Amino acid sequence: MQSRQPLLTVQGVTLQYKTPHHLITATYRVSFDVMQGDRFILLGPSGCGKSTLQKAVGGYMTPTEGEMRLKGRKITQPGPDRMMVFQEFDQLLPWKTVKQNVAFALHASKRMSRREAEEKAMEYVSKVGLASFADSHPHMLSGGMKQRVAIARGMAMEPDILLMDEPFAALDALTRRKMQDELLKLWDETKFTVLFVTHSIAEAIKIGNRILLLSPHPGRVKAELNSTTDAQQAIELEQHIHQMLFSHEPEEVEHA
Amino acid sequence: MPEAVARLKDIRRRMDDDRPEIHHDDTEAGELTIIEQRLSGFEILYREAWLRKLVILAVLALIWEIYGRTLNNDLLFPTFSATILAFFTGLMDGTLPAAAWSSGKVLLMGYGLGIVLAATLTALAMASRIGTDFLETMTSMFNPLPAIALLPLALIWFGLGNASLVFVLVHSVTWAIALNTHSGFLGVSRTLKMVGRNYGLRGPAFIMKILIPAAFPSILTGLKIGWAFAWRTLIAAELVFGVSSGSGGLGWFIFENKNMLDIPKVFAGLLTVIIIGLVVENLIFRTIERRTIERWGVQH
Repeated sequence: MQSRQPLLTVQGVTLQYKTPHHLITATYRVSFDVMQGDRFILLGPSGCGKSTLQKAVGGYMTPTEGEMRLKGRKITQPGPDRMMVFQEFDQLLPWKTVKQNVAFALHASKRMSRREAEEKAMEYVSKVGLASFADSHPHMLSGGMKQRVAIARGMAMEPDILLMDEPFAALDALTRRKMQDELLKLWDETKFTVLFVTHSIAEAIKIGNRILLLSPHPGRVKAELNSTTDAQQAIELEQHIHQMLFSHEPEEVEHA
Repeated sequence: MPEAVARLKDIRRRMDDDRPEIHHDDTEAGELTIIEQRLSGFEILYREAWLRKLVILAVLALIWEIYGRTLNNDLLFPTFSATILAFFTGLMDGTLPAAAWSSGKVLLMGYGLGIVLAATLTALAMASRIGTDFLETMTSMFNPLPAIALLPLALIWFGLGNASLVFVLVHSVTWAIALNTHSGFLGVSRTLKMVGRNYGLRGPAFIMKILIPAAFPSILTGLKIGWAFAWRTLIAAELVFGVSSGSGGLGWFIFENKNMLDIPKVFAGLLTVIIIGLVVENLIFRTIERRTIERWGVQH
């Protein structure tokens, strides 16, 4: 297992951006490797630069230091080999139906002809259980359904890596739990590689197989952990992570 | 699952509570209340907005007719029937359609040029900061200026005729469309823009496939306002200055018939202006709205 080439390497990446009055360092010399088939989690409290880091992997930001390589190629700009799934519900094109939203991604990125794209889109729309809503427009869907379409769109592109930025954060707790289960089921079927950003420790343990723990202001790597599916170990891991994140603060119970 | 365990404990503790849990048996639907019942014919008809409005129109026409007849003075206030008669005579002998067509031609020319100019200005504004400043300054300066106020100047520059009209129309259309399109583009959500770039769309493809459809509600608003400005400006220009005397538009038709004291024809001309306005605003633009932004659920 150790001899495998990493799919994504992030090496000593420092990210900075400017607000009107400040230059802010979001992450400082962050390094990690993502292997093929990983469910790699970026976990940390707000302000640890996890979303910024993912945007940089997406190609929307250029590191001031260090570099990121996907399959050995340096990341310089956004591209369909790294599909993003955002937290916001407005990530679907409102003027296209569910099926068209998925098909458009395939067609616009010049992957395939219109007809092929339609067929493939339908396949993935069914996969996320929305076949009967294929011809609905996004505004007729619930939040959870919209996120499912976004996931279908990301998966249909069969990208090298799927970048998910707190995709379930805006959902209610019940829907979130269901979506987490569904995502794991989809992963069991296709074994895609995903880089998943979250601030929920429980979600990180449930979704991920490897967790990168970041500390805030600026974001630095605190630990890189293996997740577990065993319930007892999960509780211990959750406490362990909790301690690492909040060791400097007085003990408090987290409701994740 | 730690949560599942916690929930089980929760239930057990509740069992000790002195307040009992309550379960309801299913009632047979339809036993107690109306599930679905057809409305009466009158109720169904009364729910149609167009029918209610038609009734209002009919009542107004009736009042008009009665008043016209009691006044019995065609020079001041012709009856409804005389107006309708004049309208159909005008339609039949081709004077009204000809007048409407010559107005329409000028209008489309001005509207088209205005759209092109607005698109250019918006493109410049999107491309550079100085372009944005230019557009904002020009719009804030010219938007409050009624286009018709430029007509005297236009008459000096371009002379009596269509060129002056087109100039004034372009002015009335451009700023409204440019302003709305630009603010529409600025309002496109960051997420959508990121999605578009994620697909690998750049440059013109990005504008055509992401920015324009995303900003379409604002663009359509601009087109509607531009149309309304243009239509009113055109009739006013023709009417007040008789600019289109050479080509003979609708405004000119009204102006001319007033001079000849053929008041039913003046009314018929006004009616034509109203009908064309209604058709464009409520038929053409409404249809576009229904097919696009209403279906997409993005109207404001």
